[in-house]
Amino acid sequence: MDDIKLPGMLQAAFLRSPHAHARISSIDTTAAAQLEGVHAVLTLDDLGPEHADRPMLQAYPNPRIKQNILPHLLARDEVALVGQTVALVVADNRYIAEDALALIEVDYQPLPAVVDCRKALDSAAPKAHSSAPNNLAASFSNTFGDTEAAFKHADEVYEIDFLQHRGGCHATECRGVIAQYSPHQDGLTLWSSTQCPYLIRRMLARQLDLPESRVRVIAPNVGGGFGPKAGFYVEEVVTAIAAIKLGRPVKWIEDRREHFTATNTQRDQHWHLDVAADNKGHILGVRGRAILDSGAFLSYGLLLPFTTLAPLPGPYAVEAVNVQFDVVFTNTTPNSPVRGAGRPNAAYAMERCIEAVARGLQLDPAEVRRINLIKQEQFPYATGQIHPNGRPIVYDSGDYIGTLDKAMALGDYAGFKKRQVAARQQDRYLGIGIGACVEDTGVGPYEGCTVRVDPSGEVLVESGAADQGQGHRTIIAQIVADGLGVPFERVHVTIGDTGKFPQGVGTIGSRVGVNVGTAANDAAASVRKKALEFAAKALEVNAAELEIEAGIVRVTHVPEMSIALGEVALRLTPMTGGAVPEGFTPGLEATSYAASKGPPHANGVNIAEVEVDIDTGKVKILRYSVAHDCGTMINPMIVDGQLIGGVVHGIGNALFEQMIYDEAGQPQTTTYADYLLPLATEMPRIDIVHQETPSPLNPLGLKGAGEGGTIPAAAAVVAAIENALESFGVVIGYYPVTPQRLVELITAGAGERCVEAMSTTPPA
Amino acid sequence: MKPAPFTYHDPEHIDDLIALLSEVDDAKILAGGQSLLPMLNLRFLLPDHVIDINKIQALQFIGRQGNDLMIGAMTRQKDLLQSDTVRSACPVMQVALQYVGHFQTRNRGTLGGSLCHLDPSAELAAIASLYNAKLTLRGPDGSRNVNFDEWPLAYMTPNLGPNEVLEKVNLPLWEERHGHAFVEFQRRHGDFAIVAVGCLLAVDGSGSITRVALTVAGANVKPQRLTTTETALIGQPTNTATFAAAAAEAAKLDAMSDAYISREYRRKLAGALVKRALVAATASATGVPAYA
Amino acid sequence: MPDIRTITVTINGKSFTRRVETRMHLADFLRQELDLTGTHLGCEHGVCGACTVMLEGDAVRSCLLLAVQADSKTVTTVEGLAANDGSLHPIQAAFQKHHGLQCGFCTPGMLISLVSFLRDHKNPDEGAIREAISGNLCRCTGYQPIVDAALEAAAACYTQHEE
Repeated sequence: MDDIKLPGMLQAAFLRSPHAHARISSIDTTAAAQLEGVHAVLTLDDLGPEHADRPMLQAYPNPRIKQNILPHLLARDEVALVGQTVALVVADNRYIAEDALALIEVDYQPLPAVVDCRKALDSAAPKAHSSAPNNLAASFSNTFGDTEAAFKHADEVYEIDFLQHRGGCHATECRGVIAQYSPHQDGLTLWSSTQCPYLIRRMLARQLDLPESRVRVIAPNVGGGFGPKAGFYVEEVVTAIAAIKLGRPVKWIEDRREHFTATNTQRDQHWHLDVAADNKGHILGVRGRAILDSGAFLSYGLLLPFTTLAPLPGPYAVEAVNVQFDVVFTNTTPNSPVRGAGRPNAAYAMERCIEAVARGLQLDPAEVRRINLIKQEQFPYATGQIHPNGRPIVYDSGDYIGTLDKAMALGDYAGFKKRQVAARQQDRYLGIGIGACVEDTGVGPYEGCTVRVDPSGEVLVESGAADQGQGHRTIIAQIVADGLGVPFERVHVTIGDTGKFPQGVGTIGSRVGVNVGTAANDAAASVRKKALEFAAKALEVNAAELEIEAGIVRVTHVPEMSIALGEVALRLTPMTGGAVPEGFTPGLEATSYAASKGPPHANGVNIAEVEVDIDTGKVKILRYSVAHDCGTMINPMIVDGQLIGGVVHGIGNALFEQMIYDEAGQPQTTTYADYLLPLATEMPRIDIVHQETPSPLNPLGLKGAGEGGTIPAAAAVVAAIENALESFGVVIGYYPVTPQRLVELITAGAGERCVEAMSTTPPA
Repeated sequence: MKPAPFTYHDPEHIDDLIALLSEVDDAKILAGGQSLLPMLNLRFLLPDHVIDINKIQALQFIGRQGNDLMIGAMTRQKDLLQSDTVRSACPVMQVALQYVGHFQTRNRGTLGGSLCHLDPSAELAAIASLYNAKLTLRGPDGSRNVNFDEWPLAYMTPNLGPNEVLEKVNLPLWEERHGHAFVEFQRRHGDFAIVAVGCLLAVDGSGSITRVALTVAGANVKPQRLTTTETALIGQPTNTATFAAAAAEAAKLDAMSDAYISREYRRKLAGALVKRALVAATASATGVPAYA
Repeated sequence: MPDIRTITVTINGKSFTRRVETRMHLADFLRQELDLTGTHLGCEHGVCGACTVMLEGDAVRSCLLLAVQADSKTVTTVEGLAANDGSLHPIQAAFQKHHGLQCGFCTPGMLISLVSFLRDHKNPDEGAIREAISGNLCRCTGYQPIVDAALEAAAACYTQHEE
C-alpha cells in the first residue's frame, strides 16, 4: 500500500484513545492545526452533521444480534477501547502528522473497564458501553439430537474446561488506505489493504450516501490478510471523508504499534463442556457453554460465533450436541476472524473431548478418534446441525479414516512408544499428539470471472478475488489455460478492483479457489465453446472434430486446418464496415458467476511430536506431520505453502502468541519485544501427505486449502505436551502454553482447571 | 512511528564529544542504535539532541596487554564475535554473543551501548559482571574508573554522569587455566534472556574447584554475582551432588516479577541454568565432554 | 526549525545527494525520497527485518539507522540484486523455484539477509540457515520453503574470502 504515490497526496495519522473506557469532555485541536505542514485536524463534528449520530454500519447484520454496537467514525463522547480513533491529522508527511498528534489535547474521564470475558455477564461487571444495559451482544445455541438421552445412557461423563486465546493478525504489512475523490470524473477511489474490496465498496457507499457506481475500491497486492483485513474499518471511511473535504488524495498507513489495537483480532473463548461416552470410547453427546469475547464492538457481527458453532462436532459422528454460546462485549480490540476464524476453536473443543475420553478410559487417543470418525459410507454426511444461514450442514465427501491413517504413517505414530521410552532413559520427555479437523470452505454466494481473448491471442482474465499472497492469479491462470487450451504464460489475470470487475464478495474462509476456480472454469468453457463453434463455421467442419492447443483451434490430426484464437477474437470484433457473423455475439469472451453448489468440506489430521524440558518448560517440536484433503488440488505447491504457513501460525497460537491486557484494559503487549511471533528457529520441518477426495459440489472437485494447516494445530501441540508430561498428570486448560506455565503445572503435579485463567493475564 | 524532531550531532573526536556534552541539555548518545532508535521511533524518548558517536574511531579497538583485555566502547558486537584476540582471551564472551539479538543487530550493536543501556537481561553486562570489568569514563574533568559491581545504580541506570561517556572496558583475565560456560533461556532465538548464567571455573589436579565466578542476568534489574554460591563451591569436587547443591543455593537469589514472568520461575530457571553452566564449565576446564 | 543536512549516499552503485531532515530513518529515505520502495517497513522497531538492507556490505535494519548515518557510505537494497539485464540473482531464482514467497512483503529483507549470510558462510546446514533468518519475520510461508531456497542457492552465493 505504502508504495503507491499520487500527485498532491497528503499523509494522515489518527489520534487514538489511551484509555480502555473513558468519557470525553473536550477535544482541543487548535495547537495541532497551527503546526506548519498540517492541512487539517478533524474530529467527529468536523466530518459533517450526517456522521454525528451515525456509527459505522453493520457489515454482517443478523437477527440474533441483541445489541448492535459499533464505533463512531471518531469518538466524541465515549471511548470503549485503547486505540479507538478520536481525531485525524492530515499533513505533508507522517513525521509532521505525528508531531501534530502530540499537540491535540483531550480531556478524558476514565470509566471502569470490563476486560475478562468470563466476568462480563456478572451483575457487578462494569459495562463496556455506559449507555448499554449490559454486556451481552447475543446469545444462542447449537443444538441437535437428543443430548438428554445421550447423557442418560452414557457409561462415563467427563467434564472439561478450557480457555482459548488465538492472538492477532500480524501480517507483515499493516493496514493502509489511500482515498482520492474526483467529483467530475469517477467519484471516490479507495485503495485499501482489504481482503474484500466489494464489501468495502458497498459499506462505504452506504456510509457516505453515495451510489456504489461512484465508489471504486482497489485492493493492490497486499502483504498478508488472514482475516482481520476483511473488516470494514473506521479508517477507511474517515480517510475518504478527509480526501473529499480537502480535495487532495489522503493516505493513511497503519504502523505496527497501532496494529496491536486498531486492527481487529480474534478474542478469547471460554468453554465448559460435558462429554458423554460409552465405555468403548464412542462419544454419545456433548453439551455445555462457551463465552465468546467480542471485544468492544461487533465489527464482524456474529461471524466468529457462527464459524465456531458450525464446525461442531468436527469430523466425528456425534449425534447429540447442545452448546450455548454467549457473545459478550469487553473493552478490548474487536473480535475478528484470524486464520481459521472459529474453526480452530471448534476443532480444539472436539479434540479436548476426544482426549478426555481417551484419558478417562485409558485408550489410545488415535483409537478413540478411529472409533468416532465419520465413516466413508456415511458420506454425504448431514451432521444434524442447521447453519445459522438456515441450511443443514452436510459434509460432501471425504475419507476421514484414510486421512488419519496417512498422518499416522507419515508421523510414524506406531514407532513413537519406543522413541518415548528410549528418551526417558536419557531423562528426556517426549510426547505425541493428534489434531483432527473438518473445514467448511468455499462459502458462496459467488466469486465471478471474465475470460476474454484479445486479438493478439493473449487471454485476459478479470475477477474480483483479492490476493494477499495466496497465488490467486496463478491458480486462475492455470484453470483458464487448461480449460481453454492456451499456454499458461499467455494468460494475464487482473484481480481485486471493483472498477475492473463488476461484482464480488471477498477473500475469506478459504473460499476463493473453490468459487473463482469454478467460475473461471465455467467462463473458459464458454469461451472454448464459442471459439469452437466459430471455428467450425470458418473451417467448415463439425465442432466435434476440433481441438484447441497452444491457443490454436485446429482439426484433430489435420494441423493445416486451423485458426488462432486471436484471429477468432479479431473476427468477432469488426469495426465500421464489418459485420459480426450470423448467430454470434461480438467478442470472444464470457463472464461466469458459477459457484460451488454448497460449501465443500476439506479435512485434515496433524500429528505433533514434541520434547518438553521439565526444568525450563521449553517445548521443542521435533516432528510435525500433516495429512490433508482439499479435494482436487489446483496447484500442489501453493497448497503445501498454505499448509506449512498455516501450521506455523497454529503453532504460534499454541506456544507463543499472547495479547495481554491488564485489569484496566491497558494492552501490555504492544511491540514485538513482547508479542512473540513464530521464528524460523523454533519451527519444525513440516511433512505433508495429500489425499484427494474430490467434492461433488463443483465440476473441478475443489475444496479450500487456506486454513486447514492452522485449524487442528493447537490441539495437536497441546495433546503432545500433555502426552509428554503424562507422568506428572498435566492437563492443559489454556493456550498459548508458556514454559513458565508448564513448570508450574509440573510442580503442582495435577490437572489444571481453567477457573483462574485470565484472558488478560497468563494464569497465575 | 516516526521520531520527534531533534538536533543531530556527529563529533569525530572524543574531546569534541566531551565539550558537546557540556554544551547541550537533554541529549542522547547514539551508539549502535539498536536500542535507541526503536525508542525514538516509538516516541518513548524525545531528546532535544542526538549525538552520533559512530565516527569516533578512537573508541573502536580490541587489544590485549598481559592479562588485560581492553575493548573500546564503540567496538561492534560483530567484531567481538570475529576477533581472534577475543576468541583466545575471552571465549565466554563469544559464547554469550551468540545469544545477543541477530546477526543484523550485531552488525551495529556495540559493547559500550549495551553496558550503558543496561537492560537487565544484557549478556554483555553479564560478561562484564563475571570479570568485574573496569569501565573507564571520560568527562570534562578527565577520566575515572568504575568497577562493574558499582556500575548499575538502578534499573537501566548506569553510574554515568550527564557529561560523561564510556570510553573503554578492561576485562581482567584469569591467569590460571580455567573453563567457561554461558547458558541462557530465551523464548525464541535472539530474544531477551529470561535468565542467563555465565560461569568461569578452575579445577585442580584432583578435580576440586579452586576458583569460580557465577553471574546471573535477567533475574533482577542488574546482573548478580552469586557470591555465596561461589564461596560454597571452593574446594568442592565437580560432581552431581556439588552442582545440585549449588543450583539449590542459586535458586534462592533475589528475583523480580513482571507481567510475563514470575519471581518463582526466574528462581527455578536460575537454579537449572547454574547447574547446566557448572557442568559445561567443568567439561570446558577439564577437556572431558559433559555428561548431561 | 527542522534540522536538515545534505547527504550523499551510494545506493546499488549509484550516487544520490539529497537534503534530509536528520530524524528521518534510512528506510524512509530510500522509500520516500528515492522511490526505492523495495525495502519495506513492517514494524519500525527493529524486530521484523522487512527493512533489511546492506550498509557497507553488512546486513542491517534500515529502520534503526538515520539517513544521515549513511552519508558517504554504500547501501545495497533488494533493487540491486538482479542483474542489469533483469536476470535474477541466484537467491531470487531459488525463491521463485521453491515458492519462498507468498505475499512477498518480508521477501526483500529475507533476500538481503540471506545474500549477506550466504556470501560469508560455506555449506550452511538447515539449522544455520534458520538461525540466519531468525531476525526476519514471515507470516505466510512458515519458513520451510525459504530454507529450501537458501540451501539451493548457498553454493552460488558463497564468496571465498581471504583468510
